[in-house]
Amino acid sequence: MLSFVLRRFASLVATLVVASAVVFTAMEVLPGDPAQVMLGTQAQPDTLAALRTKLGLDKPAPERYVAWVGGLVRGDLGTSYTYSTPVSELVGERLQVSLPLALLALSLTILVAIPVGALAAARRNSMTDLSIMGVTQVGIAVPNFWFAMLLVILFAITLRWLPAGGFPGWGNGPWPALRGLILPAVALALPQASILARVMRSSLLDTLGEDYVRTARAKGLSEGQALRRHALRNALIPVLTIVGLQFSFLIAGTIVIENVFYLPGIGRLVFQAINQRDLIVVKSVVMLLVASVIVVNFLVDIAYAIVDPRLRRRG
Amino acid sequence: MSFSRRVFLALTLATAGLMGVAQAAPRKDLTLAIPLEPPHLDPTAGAAAAIGGVVYANVIESLTRIDGAGQPKPSLAESWTISPDGKVYTFALRKGVQFHDGSAFTAETVKFNLDRARAADSTNPQKPLFEPIDTVEIVDPATVKVTLKRPTGLFLFNMGQPAAAMLTPGAVGDAKTKPVGTGPFKFEKWSKGASVDLVRNPGYWGPASKLDKVSIKIIGDASAAFAALMAGDIDAYPNFPAAEQLDQFRADPRFKVVVGNTEGETILAMNNGRKPWDDVRVRRAVSMAVDRKSVIDGAMYGLAKPIGSHFPPQDAGYVDLTGKYPFDVAKAQALLKEAGVAPGTKLRLVLPPPEYARKSGEIIASQLKKVGLEAEIVPMEWAQWLSDVFKGKNFDMTIISHVEPLDLDIYARDDYYFDYKSPAYKALYAEIAATTDTAKRIELYGKAQQMLAEDAVNVWLYVLPKFGVWNAKLKGLWENMPIPVNDVTQASWDE
Repeated sequence: MLSFVLRRFASLVATLVVASAVVFTAMEVLPGDPAQVMLGTQAQPDTLAALRTKLGLDKPAPERYVAWVGGLVRGDLGTSYTYSTPVSELVGERLQVSLPLALLALSLTILVAIPVGALAAARRNSMTDLSIMGVTQVGIAVPNFWFAMLLVILFAITLRWLPAGGFPGWGNGPWPALRGLILPAVALALPQASILARVMRSSLLDTLGEDYVRTARAKGLSEGQALRRHALRNALIPVLTIVGLQFSFLIAGTIVIENVFYLPGIGRLVFQAINQRDLIVVKSVVMLLVASVIVVNFLVDIAYAIVDPRLRRRG
Repeated sequence: MSFSRRVFLALTLATAGLMGVAQAAPRKDLTLAIPLEPPHLDPTAGAAAAIGGVVYANVIESLTRIDGAGQPKPSLAESWTISPDGKVYTFALRKGVQFHDGSAFTAETVKFNLDRARAADSTNPQKPLFEPIDTVEIVDPATVKVTLKRPTGLFLFNMGQPAAAMLTPGAVGDAKTKPVGTGPFKFEKWSKGASVDLVRNPGYWGPASKLDKVSIKIIGDASAAFAALMAGDIDAYPNFPAAEQLDQFRADPRFKVVVGNTEGETILAMNNGRKPWDDVRVRRAVSMAVDRKSVIDGAMYGLAKPIGSHFPPQDAGYVDLTGKYPFDVAKAQALLKEAGVAPGTKLRLVLPPPEYARKSGEIIASQLKKVGLEAEIVPMEWAQWLSDVFKGKNFDMTIISHVEPLDLDIYARDDYYFDYKSPAYKALYAEIAATTDTAKRIELYGKAQQMLAEDAVNVWLYVLPKFGVWNAKLKGLWENMPIPVNDVTQASWDE
């Protein structure tokens, strides 16, 4: 077991090193000069040179790479060129939006998708099943920014129940902040719930065909009892895998919805940083996201190995 | 108001098409939105127009101040005298002015700021504005004498620009995140990515603002801005990005729609240093091939004013040169033939991200096709445009709006991106720069416009309009935008 963990850990470190090199190189070859973007079209060559020196951009690339990785190892993500604020502080602020939004959207997704998917599987080929499949098909096909706009027109402009966008921050109490997150969470949850409901349905249908479910029926359980007590739990494994993937997507991949609702989330931070060539922010935030995915995968591998000894040997 | 009653009321009003809810006392808060977030809040350290857009006149002040009509007015300098040779400016400073942190504004502060802006290691984005300054002397705590190397006609205007802001020496280091100025509003909070909040400065030296709080939100997406206005989340969007949605606001009595001017000459720039655009005949042919009216109708919904040279119609000294090269396909083709440009000649038309550039570019590409020029449209993001086009000159044509006020000097610069080289124009501009007499200046401005049009340096398309949309009860916001700022110091609500 220990050698398995060590091997996995070595591959984790190797992946991180490769990722950091890729991210750094990508930022190097990206056209555009951060100093020029900051100083604009009226800037004089000597002013540009002065700013480049201030930002440390005049040093050779290998030196900057080593300094950056060294900082990351010590937990120092650097200081944003444009905001002049530590990157860790910027990320911290943005996570106050992105994390609750992702959790809210994910809870909605799970609360809707699992019962709906289970219902569709339990009533396979009925009208209920067909309509659920139809609705989820639409849910996947509809672009979420368009759905978001419909929500805004109905709930913000016409009914005026919720704000059309923006995030007042948690400083004014939880309710105003939550109100700002409801519509974006619904818009994010629709396609995710549609996907998850379909996964739930097919996974449950698979398990319903398993021998142990037939055995359960044979020993006298009703169809519903067999589904609840035996099939459901086993059907949840692939569902949980999808939920895990959806969560990492919801943290960083919600840029379009963040734009529609002008929410200051992680996605918009990275997007804006790319536009302004705030390369240190892009590099460090991307590395942070890469690292979190890799570390989660590492922990999942370890968890699988604990549950299933066969994996340890294959390693 | 109970929840169900509010729903009922909202529904009724929505069906009736009017949603104004009467308010008893005038409000004392204002929420407005801007399209781009400032990268930081120090106008002496960054070029982004959004910086001045938030802090200028509201939080931070300069010696002079540019008003809504684009004229320099007294601000921290109460008055001034100019020596007969135009080289010595003596500023009488306003007395008893305090910065938001309690420090005093004196002649010392002025010297500190002007010296800082022109220092060798200065990263002021408008450093050339300070280049003419030779010495800054403190006469007494309320008087400063600035001596220039040569007469500079725009000196008072330049000292009113955001980059010439007066900061307190003790807070310069933190100005990017906590600007400390002398303005009628104090900086309160910046929720990055969301909003900048200002509160009234009770110790302000001038007339107090009628507002207690101003929140400036960042809403980049045009449809999000539309929804935010419609839902009443924001009161004003002084520079609304989408012309196509203005009619919906016009139809709604809750809103006022104001189409104003900017100083943004929007041009189809040609690379004067590259073949075949180095030939004036070819540039004239291009000028004739472009039909301004259809560009304005198609890209700007007919809401922009055409220009025929690098000067906006609202500024003193404007000469109407829009008829210089009338739209004429046959003549353009003949000129191209004369210059030896074969039909089917390819060119690279680089378009930066703003909507006006992308829309105008598509229309112009199809117009150029009619005279036998094949424009390859290359959309480019801003940072790459700056390095590829602006610095690298790797383009044939591009579309961009020059928003800096009174910027005829760009045609006199060496190595500028459109690479216009004219000793005659340089001499003329040197004369303009040294002229302090207004009447004489205005005459020379006309000459400069004519010379540029004669050389057909670029195709001048239109002045970028400013679409202001705000609550009909709100007063005192700028109609025009002579400099890219959102001055809310005069804003108030109707009784």
